[in-house]
Amino acid sequence: MPQSHDARPSARMDDVECSEAPRQPRMINDGFVIEVTDLAKRFGDVVAVDSVTFTVHRGELFGFLGPNGAGKTTTINMLTGLARPDVGTIRIARIDCSENPKAAQHLMGVVPDESNLYPELSGFDNLCFCGSLYGLRKRDRAARARELLDQFGLADAAGRKFAGYSKGMKRKLTIAAGIIHAPPILFLDEPTTGIDVASARQIRQLIADLNAAGTTVFLTTHYIEEAERLCGRIAFIVKGRIVRIDTVDALMHETDGRHVVQFAVSDSAAELCAAITGAFPQLRCNAVSDTAIRVESPEPVRVGPLVRLLEDRGAEVSEARKIRPSLEEVFVRITGIESAAMKQEKAKIGGGV
Amino acid sequence: MNAWIAFWNILDNDMRSYYLKPPNVSWGLIFPLAWTGMFFIRSGSGLDSVAGLLPGVIAVSVLFGTTSLLAVTVTFEKKGRSFERLLLAPIRLELLMLAKTAGAILFGVVNAFVPVVLAALLIDLAGVDWWTLIPAVVLIAISSTFLGLFIAVSVSEVFEAQTFSNFFRFPMLFLCGLFFPIEQLPIWLRPLSYVLPLTYGADALHGSIRHAAVMPLPLDFALLAAFCVVLFAVSLRNIKRKWIV
Repeated sequence: MPQSHDARPSARMDDVECSEAPRQPRMINDGFVIEVTDLAKRFGDVVAVDSVTFTVHRGELFGFLGPNGAGKTTTINMLTGLARPDVGTIRIARIDCSENPKAAQHLMGVVPDESNLYPELSGFDNLCFCGSLYGLRKRDRAARARELLDQFGLADAAGRKFAGYSKGMKRKLTIAAGIIHAPPILFLDEPTTGIDVASARQIRQLIADLNAAGTTVFLTTHYIEEAERLCGRIAFIVKGRIVRIDTVDALMHETDGRHVVQFAVSDSAAELCAAITGAFPQLRCNAVSDTAIRVESPEPVRVGPLVRLLEDRGAEVSEARKIRPSLEEVFVRITGIESAAMKQEKAKIGGGV
Repeated sequence: MNAWIAFWNILDNDMRSYYLKPPNVSWGLIFPLAWTGMFFIRSGSGLDSVAGLLPGVIAVSVLFGTTSLLAVTVTFEKKGRSFERLLLAPIRLELLMLAKTAGAILFGVVNAFVPVVLAALLIDLAGVDWWTLIPAVVLIAISSTFLGLFIAVSVSEVFEAQTFSNFFRFPMLFLCGLFFPIEQLPIWLRPLSYVLPLTYGADALHGSIRHAAVMPLPLDFALLAAFCVVLFAVSLRNIKRKWIV
């Protein structure tokens, strides 16, 4: 049965301060709501998901992070009943999904990677229709639809056809449709892909609010910064296999004791990098772009000698700044996938974090 | 109870989104009128031919109305992924697909009565056995709609749905005994006639309007019902196999 409406975020999206500050992750250890064991799925010769095992705690915001084609959507489809696993078990709130998928679907809200509401219906009618699919009575679903439209800043567009909405508005309404029945578990597949920065910020704030109100959130994304800001725990999935699951804090701990400084130079960053490595073999140097050099060391980096070396080589150094190690670096180190490749994928899809 | 809320709202949404849209309403009226006019002109025997042509025109109107709309709307929703939203809802697939097809069945029944109303203006229909005609129309509408569902599940593009529909519809029209008695067909074609649901629907319509059924009416109804069950079961199996992969 749908959960009571206690789990709704209370603030309007227009009203909230979208500071984008990393949030304090929630993890409530009073049981697992998602238990996945040895999940596998093939499409012909292609192994989409292979021996995937993980659990999600009640009230947790769990991130599923990986590049395109890693198996994120296939996994979420199996969890939500849109695909059948070849092997493995899925339990949602202790319900065995292979035996009783419809009982599990009562407890979950799903926001797919595409905004797939009815183009000819208005925003209000779309929400009411989605509410009816979960058995909400007419008066209840109308009240809930109005509340969500108001909360998402879409009240003025409530009577307009979904087809006429902007991408960001479509995404927000699709998320609203996913939570119309106030589900205790919410699956979000790439919720901010392809939308403008302001809308993406609003949506991330909303996800954080939902989680703060008690909703367990399973989030797939290939935006590493998004996962870092929102999630309590993260699973890295590559080529259908989970390569690491840990809390964001534990993952970030791996970068402790490393010092990174980035220099902005006029040009020829790769050649300058080679010069630094030759002169200071204890330092690790990478040319991030043609005009940026990143120097990494287990000891604090002394900037003066490096600037002098660069200037002696004819480079103009316009900036030197300390870089806080990010989850992206952890991801690259664990998965072996270059962050540039992830960024290319982002660029292909559009939008950003 | 909750599942029925979903059922009625899926039906209501389909009626408003598809079946009651002006182009489809006009299709539902003009198409049977066009068939009626065409066959009357072709027969050339004036009002005497109305009763003889009525079963054929009713069946054609239902067959084309239901299969066209259902195959296209389901394929359209599958393509636009809004159908996924229905599959994610906590309602049994059987009930979901019954809700999804109910609109087309109603549309088909309404289609069927357009030529009946027209005929009532031209000839005396006092001899029509309505207790046979109405269940025959309903069963033809259900079997045609489930044929449309079978087609929708078999294709992935909207244009494929239309093409594939015609693959079934046109042979069915000429082989089901509506316009040419099955006995006049070449002997090697006759077995094909007896595996078509419309053959039994056409026979029941001939029985109700002209009292000229070839087979016993209970047999017609039983076989039509069996076709409905088989087409629905096969479509459900295909949905589970192809759409919940």
